[in-house]
Amino acid sequence: MDSHISIKDLNVYYGDNHALKSVNLDIPRNQITAIIGPSGCGKSTLLKTLNRFHDLVDDTRVEGEVRFDDIDIYAPDVDVTEVRTKIGLIAQRPYLLPMSIFDNVAFGLRIHHITNRREVKGQVEKYLQLAGLWDEVKDRLHEPATSLSIGQQQRLCLARGLAVEPEVLLGDEPTSALDPISAKNIEVSLQQLKSQYTIVIVTHVLRQARRLADHVVFMYLGELVEAGPASKVLKSPKDPRTKAYLSGEM
Amino acid sequence: MRLSQSNSRTPFGRIFNDKLAARSFLLAASFPLLVLLFMAGALLLRTLPIFQFVTPWEFLTGDLWRPSQGEFGLSTFISGTLWVTLLALVVAVPPCILTSIFLVEYARRGTLRGLLPVIDLLAGIPSVVYGVWGVLVVVPLVPRLGQFLRSVFGDLPLLTSSNPTGFSILAGGIVLAVMISPIIVSITIEVLRSIPQGVREAALAVGSTRWQAVKHAVLPNALPGIIAAAVMGLSRAFGETLAVMMVVGNTAAIPRSVFDPGYPLTALIANNYGEMMSIPRYDAALMGAALLLLVVVIVFNILSALVLARVSQGARS
Amino acid sequence: MKRRWWTLAHLEETFFRLLMRISALVLVLALAGILLAVLIRGLPAMNLDMITKVPEGGFYLGGGGGLLNAILGSLYLAGGGTILAFLISLPIAMGLNVYAPSSRWAAFTRMTLDVLWGIPSLVYGAFIFLIMISMGMRASLGAGILALTLLQIPIMVRAMDEVMRLIPGGLKEAAYGLGATRLEMARAVVLRQALPGIFTAVLLAFGRGIGDAASVLFTAGFTDRIPTSLASPAASLPLAVFFQLSSPFPEVRARGYAAALILTVLILIVSGLSRAVARRLSRNVVN
Repeated sequence: MDSHISIKDLNVYYGDNHALKSVNLDIPRNQITAIIGPSGCGKSTLLKTLNRFHDLVDDTRVEGEVRFDDIDIYAPDVDVTEVRTKIGLIAQRPYLLPMSIFDNVAFGLRIHHITNRREVKGQVEKYLQLAGLWDEVKDRLHEPATSLSIGQQQRLCLARGLAVEPEVLLGDEPTSALDPISAKNIEVSLQQLKSQYTIVIVTHVLRQARRLADHVVFMYLGELVEAGPASKVLKSPKDPRTKAYLSGEM
Repeated sequence: MRLSQSNSRTPFGRIFNDKLAARSFLLAASFPLLVLLFMAGALLLRTLPIFQFVTPWEFLTGDLWRPSQGEFGLSTFISGTLWVTLLALVVAVPPCILTSIFLVEYARRGTLRGLLPVIDLLAGIPSVVYGVWGVLVVVPLVPRLGQFLRSVFGDLPLLTSSNPTGFSILAGGIVLAVMISPIIVSITIEVLRSIPQGVREAALAVGSTRWQAVKHAVLPNALPGIIAAAVMGLSRAFGETLAVMMVVGNTAAIPRSVFDPGYPLTALIANNYGEMMSIPRYDAALMGAALLLLVVVIVFNILSALVLARVSQGARS
Repeated sequence: MKRRWWTLAHLEETFFRLLMRISALVLVLALAGILLAVLIRGLPAMNLDMITKVPEGGFYLGGGGGLLNAILGSLYLAGGGTILAFLISLPIAMGLNVYAPSSRWAAFTRMTLDVLWGIPSLVYGAFIFLIMISMGMRASLGAGILALTLLQIPIMVRAMDEVMRLIPGGLKEAAYGLGATRLEMARAVVLRQALPGIFTAVLLAFGRGIGDAASVLFTAGFTDRIPTSLASPAASLPLAVFFQLSSPFPEVRARGYAAALILTVLILIVSGLSRAVARRLSRNVVN
């Protein structure tokens, strides 16, 4: 297996709370990996180690290694902004930047010093199309982003994340705040994107994992219980805890 | 059936009580408006006689103030108030915003939690104490600051002054700036803390630095609140009397430089109310000055309410 | 992915972090400097006489005596103002939150209160002064109390309103669900739930009252005696600071610093008290 991110002996502590316990995991390139498990099991905690969002919270300690290709993203000389550029995140609900539709997508480009107007315009169009939003917004690019519906907003966030050309896309329950149709749109986009991106999503909807995932990781109480190809983990789990979760007993 | 355990026995009695209370509470709630109207009315009534002497325009823009000769022009004092207030805002607002950002976005949680009560406490320190500090510390420093600035920048118009002491509008501005800074910081902190973490993360997730996230995601969302904070500080500075009087020099001439002394409206009223009954029309002129302060505060509140409504609408729509 | 500090974004980050630290430091130093200046200059002039005696003959030339007149005067003024303001403010805040929440009238009243909050205390003083001269009254404790009352009402109502607005709607609905009238709900829920906040509001207003000078300047006057009735004039600490600081005699100025120190300590006590009591009272509050 060609692993894009490889996690070795990862521990996360929130103060005294041991939230992730020696997690080892390989995340395969250009596939969709779904992290599943009951709420509070450490799914989001694991996801946030991948773009170093734990840096933002006091009293959170991350120990262990997260290798992205061959670079340990927690090494002291690594630039965290570059980590987050290469490893993008789609949040649980759409958080817009206080600017227009166009500028939301262009924001990432501009902070990475792509200022040529024609280039910015081209990129914005490209990624709005990739996120499946272009046709709906092409005539009102300069309206405030808040004028979009919540489903459109989430696709705008997807386009914003794609525009800085990451290699990995993280999704923290990216459809949980959306109506079923908007959720479907995001799922379709993710399916199309996986040929170019490595995608990791956290989901508490088993059916979503079944629809999307090539690879499944089951977490329980801060431990990684079982990980492997979706066909194996979802159809014939080895661990009794995975079985119990999949059969709805948790 | 017994529904009630309150002091009146029947449900009808309870409802009657409730209706009565509703009336009296609503009556109480009209008290602020009554105070405002009554105050404005009384001041206006006492001011009107001055306009038999001078036109309202002369009253506001005239620069001669010789009550015994019947000359009443407030422009010197208006400019003193404007200078001191503007200086206070210019000195206070940028460092206050930066400090608030530092405390909310960068400092550890514990630092903020420890500092909040201290900030509240400083906001409660009486203005006269700030004035004492001004006399002891700021006034002696101002001439030296002037010398230093002139030696660096030469004789710029706003820096040159023949005032040998430190009693100046700059000293007034600095004292007021420090006085209003706990208010501005405490409101700005509240505003910044109310902005959801997801907004910051949205910017950080595409690889922005923390400051870029603050600049592009947090500050535009916080703008209405920050404006409100500055307005609160402004109204405190604008109407402050004693702290300013103690350091500003109280010389009735329009300041040409920040090192010149000034004479704000509040100081004018406070220094002269004792004699105001002894010279004809003097009382009307001084009450006119008080009315002016009142009107400016009212206008300012209405303006800022309009601006806030617009800004927050712009952020939402 | 090596960190490069010289990129524009990182330079900007470093620059603003530095600027923020400097700003915070300057503010902290300035504010600490105030307390320090008052302490250093006030402490040498402090002695027991200062807080136990009224000025004796020649006090303003450096003679004996103390500031008891100003201390008691300030307490009477601020105490009286706070009681009156409380009696008026509580119904206003209740009216805003129980009987007309989120109505247009409530919004308008809140805006009026904002305006009143911003009105300089000097203007309140001038207003009461006008009433005094029209009634032929002289500067007195009573008039000073009235001026402070007007000044304190917007402070108190706003602080009360802030805590009352935070009371969860579910709690009110729980009371209504039991068949309570609005008055009964107000007593059972709003008053109890907001009690710590009401107390803080009262002490906040008291602190503002005790520190305010411009409103009592016209209205309460200044005297070396302890006021015996509402009609007699009353001294106050802020004015004691102000008057003595403008004296040419160093001994008298030193007493001005002592007065500032006493005033500051009083404020610190009020502030500490409000914190402690609010914590005590909040035991019965449902979160």
